Amino acid sequence: MAEAVPFGAESLAGGRARAARRVLDQVVLPGEELLLPEQEDVEGPGGAGERPLRLNAGARSRLRVVCGPGLRRCGDRLLVTKCGRLRHKDPGSGSSGGVYWVDSQQKRYVPVKGDHVIGIVTAKSGDIFKVDVGGSEPASLSYLAFEGATKRNRPNVQVGDLIYGQFVVANKDMEPEMVCIDSCGRANGMGVIGHDGLLFKVTLGLIRKLLAPDCEIIQEVGKLYPLEIVFGMNGRIWVKAKTIQQTLILANILEACEHMTADQRKQIFARLAES
Amino acid sequence: MEGSMRADAKVCSEAGTESSPRGPGCSLRHFACEQNLLSRPDGSASFLQGDTSVLAGVYGPAEVKVSKEIFNKATLEVILRPKIGLPGVAEKSRERLIRNTCEAVVLGALHPRTSITVVLQVVSDAGSLLACCLNAACMALVDAGVPMRALFCGVTCALDSDGTLVLDPTVKQEKEARAVLTFALDSVERKLLMSTTKGLYSDAELQQCLAAAQAASQHVFRFYRESLQRRYSKS
Repeated sequence: MAEAVPFGAESLAGGRARAARRVLDQVVLPGEELLLPEQEDVEGPGGAGERPLRLNAGARSRLRVVCGPGLRRCGDRLLVTKCGRLRHKDPGSGSSGGVYWVDSQQKRYVPVKGDHVIGIVTAKSGDIFKVDVGGSEPASLSYLAFEGATKRNRPNVQVGDLIYGQFVVANKDMEPEMVCIDSCGRANGMGVIGHDGLLFKVTLGLIRKLLAPDCEIIQEVGKLYPLEIVFGMNGRIWVKAKTIQQTLILANILEACEHMTADQRKQIFARLAES
Repeated sequence: MEGSMRADAKVCSEAGTESSPRGPGCSLRHFACEQNLLSRPDGSASFLQGDTSVLAGVYGPAEVKVSKEIFNKATLEVILRPKIGLPGVAEKSRERLIRNTCEAVVLGALHPRTSITVVLQVVSDAGSLLACCLNAACMALVDAGVPMRALFCGVTCALDSDGTLVLDPTVKQEKEARAVLTFALDSVERKLLMSTTKGLYSDAELQQCLAAAQAASQHVFRFYRESLQRRYSKS
């Protein structure tokens, strides 16, 4: 009876778990297991045969490592569940070991608590609005969750309006709930977005790239035309410029930014600035 | 702009196979894969194995009808459309096999009361269709960012009348074979996720085919890794 062929070290994801530290910024695939730094000493390069004896084998330096999107805890290790680049952020201070996450490219949004998103009001039922945020179910928004709203003074929100708000409840078991005020009761930029302008959809990775603190794209775009722009973490961008043509140009540039290199982008901006 | 987007997203790569004349033994046909080629679905992939080509699109996690929702995990649906004609019983049974494989691998518990739909369109069928569908479905699920506990691949073996094993058979080889076996294997430990067989074979031959499929799956997973690395290196 033939036996399964034994596989060498080049087996794809199983076999040996790799240290997370050594795989940073590399592409990881679903199914791979990663060792946290504190376990590397235990596993060691020698494997099962050469573990050093310890007097207090139970005690380990406890580092609290946060497991971000794309990773799950599986016993002592991290299991990769999405394909992408592994990233790590050191904590500034404190004893936690930082955050590990996988940067993946996705189009579908899954609601996360605290995210600011752009939603479209789809229904008004009683005291709540149903808002489509691009996830698997519509979020609910209470009419009292606007700045200065009371039972007598209702906000002026119609079906089809665009809303910029944040999630207060967003987990896999409950219907997501959003509000347009922050914890102090102030609007802080949230609420109904104006009537003109254009809403379009991009991938989630592009939104994160545009919202990164040192993003040059937004600065360059701002120099081109005066504009108003709202980014929703659910992949939606609302943009408004003085004329319809300028608005469309801006929308096309932002959509194309995903696939252009920095040089191509600068060329396009230069050409637009001339005309 | 549309053309360049397609070119950037297109990832074609050759598998680690031997040269073109396929002798008896273990060699797979040439592979190619392209991801993110459709604009509407959340994830899409096209997988080519020799002349067999399948296009897959994944939508999810999305809304689900109340009659179909499962309270603690995602509802996975697979739709397989043949190249010509209406889908029939053969397509239904293949859909079930692909769905069972995907359910074993996708972490549905993270998205309860949602639906994940995989739509497969057969573009050309030149043998090993089910394996090609499985590979396309896996690449499309990865492209859509659906959380999975491992990758999976499909490998087909054909046994002809004198017991010779041929991997990734063409239509002619499948017709003349005494038995055709298709296996779905996972990437972590090459475990068997699904097997479907047709024909007459002995117990020893089954084990032999399984071992050969496990060895061949190594090539497929290496190809997955290369094509995904190439895709992420462009960004």
